[in-house]
Amino acid sequence: MDFSDLLIDAGREMFAPTTAAFALAAIGLNFHFGMTGLLNMGHAGFMLLGMYGYAITIREIDANDGMFLGIEMAAGAQIALGVLVAILVAIAFGLLLGWPTLKLRGDYLAIVTIAAAEMVRFVGRSQSLKSLTGASTGIRGKDYKRPFESLSPFPDRQIELGPFTLHGSQSTSWWLVLVAWSAVFLAALLFWRLARSPWGRVLKGIREDEDAVRSLGKNVYAYKMQALVLGGVIGALGGVLWSFGNSVAPDSMGRPTTFWIWTLLLLGGAATVFGPILGSILFWTSLLVVRALANGLIPDTVLHPTELEPFSLVLVGVTLMLLVIFRPQGILGDRRELAINDR
Amino acid sequence: MTANASSDAFADVPEIPGAPKKDPVIVAHGVKRVFGGLTAVDVEHLEVQRHAITALIGPNGAGKSTFFNLLTGFDRANQGQWSFNGVSLQSHSPARVARAGMVRTFQLTKALSRMRVMDNMMLGATGQRGENFFAALVPPLWRSREEEIIEKAEELLKRFKLYEKRNDFAGELSGGQRKLLEMARALMSDPEIVMLDEPMAGVNPALTESLLEHIVQLREDGVTILFVEHDMHMVRRISDWVVVMAEGRIIAEGPPETVMQNPAVQDAYLGAHHDTDLSEDLL
Repeated sequence: MDFSDLLIDAGREMFAPTTAAFALAAIGLNFHFGMTGLLNMGHAGFMLLGMYGYAITIREIDANDGMFLGIEMAAGAQIALGVLVAILVAIAFGLLLGWPTLKLRGDYLAIVTIAAAEMVRFVGRSQSLKSLTGASTGIRGKDYKRPFESLSPFPDRQIELGPFTLHGSQSTSWWLVLVAWSAVFLAALLFWRLARSPWGRVLKGIREDEDAVRSLGKNVYAYKMQALVLGGVIGALGGVLWSFGNSVAPDSMGRPTTFWIWTLLLLGGAATVFGPILGSILFWTSLLVVRALANGLIPDTVLHPTELEPFSLVLVGVTLMLLVIFRPQGILGDRRELAINDR
Repeated sequence: MTANASSDAFADVPEIPGAPKKDPVIVAHGVKRVFGGLTAVDVEHLEVQRHAITALIGPNGAGKSTFFNLLTGFDRANQGQWSFNGVSLQSHSPARVARAGMVRTFQLTKALSRMRVMDNMMLGATGQRGENFFAALVPPLWRSREEEIIEKAEELLKRFKLYEKRNDFAGELSGGQRKLLEMARALMSDPEIVMLDEPMAGVNPALTESLLEHIVQLREDGVTILFVEHDMHMVRRISDWVVVMAEGRIIAEGPPETVMQNPAVQDAYLGAHHDTDLSEDLL
């Protein structure tokens, strides 16, 4: 096995658009869990809805020769409309989920979100919706990526930057890297701003004790709803970014995706600004390294290549358990803050 | 620290359950709460005098805390009306009750453990526009109000001797300090009435004294206080008026010096046959 190749692969994974997309989704989850204490176990559902919202909008405009309501849409306008639809779908989903559950104790939200995310996936892959969602095969990249790729300022060829080579504008490109990490930066900035605002203070109060916050005259239900919707919208945008480097496939947004986001959020440190970002980088890079090492070092007789994927996911699960037990505050969390556990 | 300061207000008040007060801030009538077959609260009439310390006492299971929860919106009554300053507060959410000027504390202290003492205090403030999501994104809209809030919080923390702890997490405070913090936090909104649910529960004796002083000081500042308490010593020392509940009903009212002599109260606490000699029945 070639270690310099592995090193380059690991380096590429660190700034890959998927890493950024997951960091973005985790920032959304951080609004839920880190700031408000909401147990959203269906974040992948928000991501998938965002992808569908964006991809279907672009595909339909494309099928209509770039016209929308009789107006000729430029690439930028198409993207804006697609993102708007993704956001609106996420808002609607958040409101729908929160409306019955946010008045109840936290555990109920966890149950409802995990079920709702699975419902989104199953409805998306159902054969009767094939014309809309493409059923289980999903929506191919070329059906919706064109407007985004056409806006790329980079040349249409492979570009070498140091040891890394990516395409300038297509699929997993330097253009996507730039856009994805800018989005992550903006979302982190938003989290930073809100966490230090009176609004964020109310949410943290709700995380600690809802009734106390109620007794101080705050409308807890409305705040929880705002947090759920905001985090969901950011998750949906993470989904859109993810789909730019892949394709819209419902089965890639199942329960494991939600658990990966939880793992990397807890790894980096919930309730911190950079926790989700650091967590995503470490998570994906170490997953890649573990896979490569297992592939190169463990003989086939011990671990068959087809068993490598499940094996590395077992390691993810073990990591999550060890984290929660030994370092619940994650890498960046305040040890003192999490040490207090007397609720 | 005797309770005479505002006892004039009670000069002509009859010592009967549901006695009318001269200047009631809370008036409750026919309040009933039923859990399955159990009638937890069945209050015919209660008036709470303004600018006084009223104690709500009674044996375990008398319905004191449930009645408290009803008044503050944390529980829904099956029937009845109650008003605060003449405005009905029925079926209002706890948040609306608090915004109306009636702030409560809890029997099991609800300090927000993983927030700093200062943030705990600041959360109690009202009129902060930055608590709106969109305004929160534009700091100039709320920064000046934030400074006023900090100033007020520091003042209260000094008064409650928690100023040195302002940057600690609330979870690091002792039980008594948390009670003080909860009370100070409730005062951030300048409430008209403070409802204290067992303020002395779990407080070590050294802090009891300062807690009592704070409560009396509140009355001097023109705040009305209604509190639930088991500690009769405390009730006797600071309250101006005592309301006794048993089995969901109000069975007696009166000044702290005499109310415990009321036979109905003694029956409630000790049982109706406490002075009957049972030995004869054994024969």
